[in-house]
Amino acid sequence: MSAMRRGALAALWLMSMLAGGGALIAPAAAQQKTLKFVPEADLRSLDPIWTTAYITRNYGYMVYDTLFAVNEKFEVQPQMVDKWTLSDDKLTYTFVLRDGLKWHDGQPVRSADCIASIERWAKRDALGQKLADLTDAWTPVDDKTFTLRLKRPFSLTLDALAKPSSNVPFIMPERVAKTDAFTQITESIGSGPFKMVKEEWVPGNKVVFVKNTDYQPRKEAPSWASGGKTVKVDRVEWVYIPDSATAAAALNAGEVDWWQMVPPDLVPLLAKNKDIKVENTDPLGSIGLIRFNQLHPPFNNAKMRQALLFLVNQQDYALAIAGDAKQGKPCPSFFTCGSPAESRVGSEVLTGKRDLAKAKQLIQEAGYKGEKIVVLSATDQPIVHSQGLVTTELLKSAGLNVELAANDWGTLINRRAVKEPIEKGGWNIFHTWLVGPDMTNPAINYPMRGVGEKSWFGWPSDAKMEELRNAWFDATDPGQQKQLIDDMQKHAWETVPFIPTAQFVIPTAYRANVSGLLISPVAFLWNVEKK
Amino acid sequence: MLGYTIRRLLATIPVIGMVALFVFSLLYLTPGDPAAVIAGDIATVDDIERIRQKLGLDQPFLTRFLVWASAVLQGDLGISIFTNLPVTQLIGQRVGPTLSLALCTLIVAVAVAVPMGVVGAWKAGKLVDRLVMLFSVAGFSMPVFVLAYVLIYLFAVDLDWLPVQGYAPLRDGFWAWLRHLILPSIALGTIYIALIARITRAAMLEVLAQDYVRTAHAKGLAPSAVLLGHALKNAAVPIVTIIGIGVALLISGVVVTESVFAIPGIGRLTVDAILRRDYPIIQGVILLFSTVYVLVNLVVDLSYRFFDPRIQY
Repeated sequence: MSAMRRGALAALWLMSMLAGGGALIAPAAAQQKTLKFVPEADLRSLDPIWTTAYITRNYGYMVYDTLFAVNEKFEVQPQMVDKWTLSDDKLTYTFVLRDGLKWHDGQPVRSADCIASIERWAKRDALGQKLADLTDAWTPVDDKTFTLRLKRPFSLTLDALAKPSSNVPFIMPERVAKTDAFTQITESIGSGPFKMVKEEWVPGNKVVFVKNTDYQPRKEAPSWASGGKTVKVDRVEWVYIPDSATAAAALNAGEVDWWQMVPPDLVPLLAKNKDIKVENTDPLGSIGLIRFNQLHPPFNNAKMRQALLFLVNQQDYALAIAGDAKQGKPCPSFFTCGSPAESRVGSEVLTGKRDLAKAKQLIQEAGYKGEKIVVLSATDQPIVHSQGLVTTELLKSAGLNVELAANDWGTLINRRAVKEPIEKGGWNIFHTWLVGPDMTNPAINYPMRGVGEKSWFGWPSDAKMEELRNAWFDATDPGQQKQLIDDMQKHAWETVPFIPTAQFVIPTAYRANVSGLLISPVAFLWNVEKK
Repeated sequence: MLGYTIRRLLATIPVIGMVALFVFSLLYLTPGDPAAVIAGDIATVDDIERIRQKLGLDQPFLTRFLVWASAVLQGDLGISIFTNLPVTQLIGQRVGPTLSLALCTLIVAVAVAVPMGVVGAWKAGKLVDRLVMLFSVAGFSMPVFVLAYVLIYLFAVDLDWLPVQGYAPLRDGFWAWLRHLILPSIALGTIYIALIARITRAAMLEVLAQDYVRTAHAKGLAPSAVLLGHALKNAAVPIVTIIGIGVALLISGVVVTESVFAIPGIGRLTVDAILRRDYPIIQGVILLFSTVYVLVNLVVDLSYRFFDPRIQY
């Protein structure tokens, strides 16, 4: 091969690489109405059952649909289901699917798809597992009708099928839903309002969706994940911009249309631009929390955990997390403030005067001997790290021997799974946050669980809490259910499985030519218009 | 020359092998668990353990290394734990932007830095030389991300001349491709310009003090002919060496630049993979980077003969 020919081939290869890996796909978006959306995180996995990551949940809402969904009044509404009935003995549900439901490949949605999807979801989701425990059988009657036979009445059946946050019981084709629940699916065939353009997916950069023209929205107005999911743009591009300052500049320059989560310190900068609107569209926000390791001293002693209740000032945490009173507020409840489960029973312990002397007295009664307390933190997660810094100072003010172990989130979530004492790589406290929908009732409020080593990290054992939770599951009267929630909260102030630090909202920002954003705990992209 | 090239190419094999072993060991010892990231905040320890088993992360070090190494020998860098896509495909998606950025940066850097260094040496001690030195010190001292933000603010947000972020492949048009690369290349190239300009100046100063340069002047050659025809060629060896060494600087700079300008290149792929402990990607990318670095050094070594025929291999 001559030198000239080699050079020509090398140049050709280089050109093909620069041209985009040789895939000469014509830009289809030129004449289309394209909404460029900067999501909260990078989409890494396409399986909303395999992972609980919120970004994958949000992707799920684009591509898939659900049998039922919750509206803004926390009422369960049919979504893919047209009609449903419950037998007089409250043991058999019969569901009939809506007409015209189709997968993105044009095939009709069948009962068998729904059953397989719910069964896979139930293997991973806590509420799903509860439903599975009480399930006698799922039976297809015909392609559009199927039944659920329960072992005993379960008043939360429809709530489970309408679960709004991770893991959401999305409906997938049967062949996909038959995948083992611990193995990731790779297909992206749903029946939802958008279709993913998988060949344009560049992980870490861009996810492209187009309008599903076969989708038939319900006639009702959209309300959270329920109602008519009418898509008003041709194409949506999720453009992941990891750097906040760059994302702000891109929105300012009009390169993107909507930035889902704006860090509080950049809000004033964006608010100066008259072409940008900054709003809070999340009615429930998120809840920060302090979690204790109850396997080892000193926080295996309830008095040590109670001591912190007299130190924590939720205003401080709200300010540290949100930076602004408009975005953060106290929420002295173990259940999401603003949801029907919000309770103020016993909340005085957090809302009353902060009492350092009382805290010190409890610490003394707990027999604390100056042992080191390791507080895990993640500097790449500002919400986690700001809480960690506040808690560390509080503990020091009470005379405790504290070490702030600041690392990245990947290290934190690895270390918090260690059940050993701190000398062997364990921990005492970590912080995180949960989205509001994840704490709206005892069924999904997993940090309150008290099943020992099967509990969430921290592993509290609390038989009474479990007893109250089971009673809540069995209760059929709403008044009785609310009373049990209050009882759980009263008990939680004594056992302190965690401490809620603040309720905060991360604002969203969008160009003035964008409209129709839904007020919802999830950033849904249907109903959104771009002029 | 051919024999030397073959020997050097063969010598890269154990080097890459050592890199592979080192990287694998390092990741094995680094705290973090992709299963915990996958499972999410809500998972229990049991969930995480089941995912670890599914991914084979519970296997002993040697088993995992041998499985990975034998796959690599067959050209298979593995599957990303998170995206479930082949690592070669992910790298393939990212090569274009990174190659574009590196090439533009290199062109800008060499085109600006070499003349700067030559002029600085030619006018040594004068105002121009002081300005060259000032730029070198400032350029070397300023972090890439700070300069990147300043450039974005000035040229993208305030003047609206260039895009803030992103990358357009060549198929979208040459201007679209180039305009996305101008700011990142300047941001990334500044430190490189400073480095090459300093070395060029120093090498030129040494050469300009040689007898044959004085002879060339005495013969009445024009200053440009002396500088470019005689001095620069003889000063080229250290300049080419520093350009080669600078590739490592470029690789680390690419990581920061791609993050700030949201360019979907290999640098960002690496950072994202490290943060979520996507081991196959980290291993694949580091292997790629180390191979590129070894080959660039080989090319630099071979180029010495072009600039100085006295060098024999």
